[in-house]
Amino acid sequence: METILLFAPLVGAIICGFTWRLIGEQAACVVATLMLFLSCLLSWVVFIGFDGETYTRSLFTWIESGTLFTDWAIRVDRLTAVMLIVITTVSALVHLYSFGYMAHDENFKEGESYRPRFFAYLSFFTFTMLMLVTADNLLQLFFGWEGVGVASYLLIGFYYRKPSAGAAAMKAFIVNRVGDFGFLLGIFALFWMTDSIQFDVILPMGAELAEMNITFLGMELDAANTIAFLLFIGAMGKSAQLFLHTWLPDAMEGPTPVSALIHAATMVTAGVFLVCRMSPIIEYAPVAGNVIIIVGALTAFFAATVGLVQNDIKRVIAYSTCSQLGYMFVAAGVGVYSVAMFHLFTHAFFKAMLFLGAGSVIHAMHHEQDMRNYGDLRKKIPYTFWAMMIGTLAITGVGIPLTTIGFAGFLSKDAVIESAFAFGPGLGEFAFWSLVIAACFTSFYSWRLMFLTFFGEARGNKHTHDHAHESPWTMIAPLGALALGAVFSGMVWYNSFFGHTDDVGRFFGVPYAEAGHHDEEHGEEHAEDETHGDDTHAAETAEGHGDDAEHADAGHAEEGGHGDGHYVLTGAPGEGAIHAAPGNDILGEAHEVPKWVKVAPFVAMLIGFATAFLFYIVNPSIPGRLAAQQRPLYNFLLNKWYFDEAYDFLFVRPAKWLGRFLWKGGDGAVIDGGINGLAMGIIPFFTRLAGRAQSGYIFHYAFAMVLGIVALITWVTMSAG
Amino acid sequence: MDNLISIVTFLPLVAAIIMAVFLRGEDEAAQLNAKRLAFAATLATFLVSIFLLVQFDAQNTGFQLVEEAEWLFGLQYRVGVDGISILFVMLTTFLMPITIASCWGVNVRVKEYMIALLVLETLMIGVFVALDLVLFYLFFEAGLIPMFLIIGIWGGANRIYASFKFFLYTFLGSVLMLVAMVAMYVDAGTTCIGGCGEGVRALLDHNFGTETFDVLGFSVVGGLQTMLFLAFFASFAVKMPMWPVHTWLPDAHVQAPTAGSVVLAAILLKMGGYGFLRFSLPMFPVASDIMAPLVLWLSVIAIVYTSLVAMVQEDMKKLIAYSSVAHMGFVTMGIFAANQNGVDGAIFQMISHGFISGALFLCVGVIYDRMHTRDIDAYGGLVVRMPAYAAIFMLFTMANVGLPGTSGFVGEFLTLIGVFQVNTWVGVFAATGVILSACYALWLYRRVVLGDLIKESLKSITDMTTRERAIFAPLVVMTILLGVYPSLVTDIIGPSVSALVENYDVAVAAFVPDTHFAANH
Repeated sequence: METILLFAPLVGAIICGFTWRLIGEQAACVVATLMLFLSCLLSWVVFIGFDGETYTRSLFTWIESGTLFTDWAIRVDRLTAVMLIVITTVSALVHLYSFGYMAHDENFKEGESYRPRFFAYLSFFTFTMLMLVTADNLLQLFFGWEGVGVASYLLIGFYYRKPSAGAAAMKAFIVNRVGDFGFLLGIFALFWMTDSIQFDVILPMGAELAEMNITFLGMELDAANTIAFLLFIGAMGKSAQLFLHTWLPDAMEGPTPVSALIHAATMVTAGVFLVCRMSPIIEYAPVAGNVIIIVGALTAFFAATVGLVQNDIKRVIAYSTCSQLGYMFVAAGVGVYSVAMFHLFTHAFFKAMLFLGAGSVIHAMHHEQDMRNYGDLRKKIPYTFWAMMIGTLAITGVGIPLTTIGFAGFLSKDAVIESAFAFGPGLGEFAFWSLVIAACFTSFYSWRLMFLTFFGEARGNKHTHDHAHESPWTMIAPLGALALGAVFSGMVWYNSFFGHTDDVGRFFGVPYAEAGHHDEEHGEEHAEDETHGDDTHAAETAEGHGDDAEHADAGHAEEGGHGDGHYVLTGAPGEGAIHAAPGNDILGEAHEVPKWVKVAPFVAMLIGFATAFLFYIVNPSIPGRLAAQQRPLYNFLLNKWYFDEAYDFLFVRPAKWLGRFLWKGGDGAVIDGGINGLAMGIIPFFTRLAGRAQSGYIFHYAFAMVLGIVALITWVTMSAG
Repeated sequence: MDNLISIVTFLPLVAAIIMAVFLRGEDEAAQLNAKRLAFAATLATFLVSIFLLVQFDAQNTGFQLVEEAEWLFGLQYRVGVDGISILFVMLTTFLMPITIASCWGVNVRVKEYMIALLVLETLMIGVFVALDLVLFYLFFEAGLIPMFLIIGIWGGANRIYASFKFFLYTFLGSVLMLVAMVAMYVDAGTTCIGGCGEGVRALLDHNFGTETFDVLGFSVVGGLQTMLFLAFFASFAVKMPMWPVHTWLPDAHVQAPTAGSVVLAAILLKMGGYGFLRFSLPMFPVASDIMAPLVLWLSVIAIVYTSLVAMVQEDMKKLIAYSSVAHMGFVTMGIFAANQNGVDGAIFQMISHGFISGALFLCVGVIYDRMHTRDIDAYGGLVVRMPAYAAIFMLFTMANVGLPGTSGFVGEFLTLIGVFQVNTWVGVFAATGVILSACYALWLYRRVVLGDLIKESLKSITDMTTRERAIFAPLVVMTILLGVYPSLVTDIIGPSVSALVENYDVAVAAFVPDTHFAANH
């Protein structure tokens, strides 16, 4: 079953990409889409049927050299199972959506077939992404990692006529390669230390690695920290974290369904997945863990500030993605991997939905992407409006404070923020405040987007507004499906990702035990909890949400009376899908944070909303005046903190200059100059000869050469006797 | 078939002789006949070589299918293959029919062109199978002549300069190698490399002296071995080519006709790497160990330096030529990491580079045939009119970049992981190659293929013909097949490489007085 799940998209891609001339365009796209829905169905079967026990299915040998051994394999554990449903669900819906969105594209001329290519790329992307999450070794993961990179490259550059698309595609690939450079070094270091890159071998060695030293670049370093740090560089590239984020906004050059699938829901979360996958090593690498927190928090803050002022609807959402990924990394960095996965999971639904909604707006507005030319669209495209509204409510984190009732983003984002606070003073507080401020900004730019697009008065080209039309059902239906996820995915799976430690442990297949005191009492409570937990497992369908939310609510309320039923994860490294080092009880402590901490993100959200309301509904002249008043700051944000300019100055130009210098100076002047100097007397002599004899000389020369060789051989034989 | 190797080796030569003697005329029919005959001969050679592969036993790390005979002046004719050489033979026989098929459009001195290519094939195979020092030298040096002719007669405008540069570089190295070979014979008393008959000593089993001695006031650590190593190094380094003796390659490629470029990049360059594995590492292990840091750093410089240079090229062929130098840097790096991963990776990289660089030069050839320019600026937006070409070029660009799932990745990965265990500095600098290769390869692709087709001259360009697609098909298959299932190669080379590395380690460990060099990594 897993094999079919994995290869169905590949088969779809091959059929669609290579045989569409035979079976027809429409049929090819339908085949690819059906394959995806098949894959999606099987993923849900795997997810629901999964019992926490990791299993591996080897297909055949890949690279084998000495002690290095890797298989093509399918490894399923809870992390994989979660990723499977995220990937295949969003991908299947995006395939469906693309029927509508890609029906008529102005970037191609009449009679050019672009749709089969598009669907083939999408399916190919899905396949490589599935390879990434089902890997049982780091190398297969790296295959998927680079594979999604290529798929992303192809899709960003899909409108090949646009020079900007080609540039963005190349930038995405190269910036990712910078991350991959770190990733590869991490693999090398890990192999050097453990003589393996199989997860079964390396994950249980987390604690041992912490005691090993690696001689890296002449320094004696702690092996676990070094490896974790190097791998994290890879994660930074793929997940567009600060310093390696510059490619993501440009990647919006691709068609919008691509942005939804690749640059919001799946590929960019691969970095988070990697960190969670390597949790048994990262847990023993405190320095690297702190780096992850800092980078994550800074990214969340940075991207949110840039998002405040962008005018392109897709760029706003792109920066929002970047920012939300920062949240996930903070959760992973503080050691609560389940929460990182929680936010990844919910974010996939509401962000994909926002992108598809934006796509629907763009579609309605004839590929106008500048929000300054939108306005008053809610009546013209009502379904899209409501979909975007749900997405916005989810991302800004609307819910009832101190309960577990709310949109998906409310639950997962608060979980991240509480975990950050629970990490403790210093770094934990820094992360906490960064994330709360970012939450306020998130709320502002999300509502700004809503107000500019759907409210106020129509701006820009009147003709476009008059012809704005609701999208076909193929585009609306996926929005509806994602809306379910955006509303309910948080409440349904709250317990599994961020409930009691024992629930989380059970969900991820990690052994857990009671912490110290209060034994008999909460044994019972635990039994009760367990039934709730099992319910959660059994009823993982959208219909079951109401019940579960209540259970979750009850569970949460119990948590309030602290200490009761307190469990900790006790699994050894490599046992279960995630790992918590002894002493890491942030998951439990996150529930015990003060009330004001729990309410803080909600308040931040309200402030953001109110400000946006004031700026864009009550008095639309404020933003302009403010921007004029704070010109330097505004430009700084509008130009994304000048990262692109700085990189161009620091890396691109020097590299080109150096290349030219080495070519003309090194190769030309020094090496050739030196050798030509030696040969100067010889070559002109021959060429003069050649000038007379045309090409005949060359045969003479060759003949002379043969004679020379014969003479030399004779000499060898003679002198040797 | 007892003479399988000889048949494979000399079949093309026989065809060349037949062609020279019997084919007459310069009209189109005669040209076509020459092409057909050459294609048939190379294809037959490939088919016969498959038997060679079938009979080969990978678990046996010695020389197999050895043939011996007396020759001129009492010299020995001795050929055979082992796990290290057999795949180079296969690579040659596999690529030659493709190369011949790619020059269907040539119409100048076709017969001679075909003869040159056929003779070249015999000589190249000869290098990989020769098990006698003199025989090896003969093949190794004679291989220059047809290549020299191919560039000099069928090449571009500046072909004279390029062919002489090519010749001078390689010839200077060869002279030193010849001297070293004489010295080896004097020291060991045999010219047999390995797989010798009863009672004959093999050079591979001979321990060349390592006692330090003085030459012109310099004391040479590693003694005779170091001297011999350096002499061989001069020759192989030029062939590879390694930095800083690489500058002949871009010129040679630019001036060479497409088929010449393909053979040069795909096969001829591998002679250097093969030489290191056949001579330097097993015969002069102590010297190799002493010199390894130098070679590793030269390799790293090659990777970084030539990648940077490749980025600013304006000529497609030059760009790919520089990228070849960078990829060969990975090869020398893997070889002198001298562990299983590194050497496996180096051999794999050479095989894979044969397919990929060959295909890339063919890609250039496809559009050169149409537009007669290699200027990158003359192109742009080809994808609009040439979708099939865009797809194939994309595949090989990605393979060149080392994308996992293509053969380009395996070699790069194994050499890097091998060298990382020896020297992390080298590993880190070499790994920047994965970034730089993406820069130059994608930059090239973007300028040539992507964008809108606005140049007037390109408006009527046509996509690849069926013949052109057929030429690429086997290369596409091999690139992906080896990328997904590299065991096809590693299973064959593994045992021989393992034996090589083991012997190397034993020899290095036995060299007690100067072990501080070995421990210096």
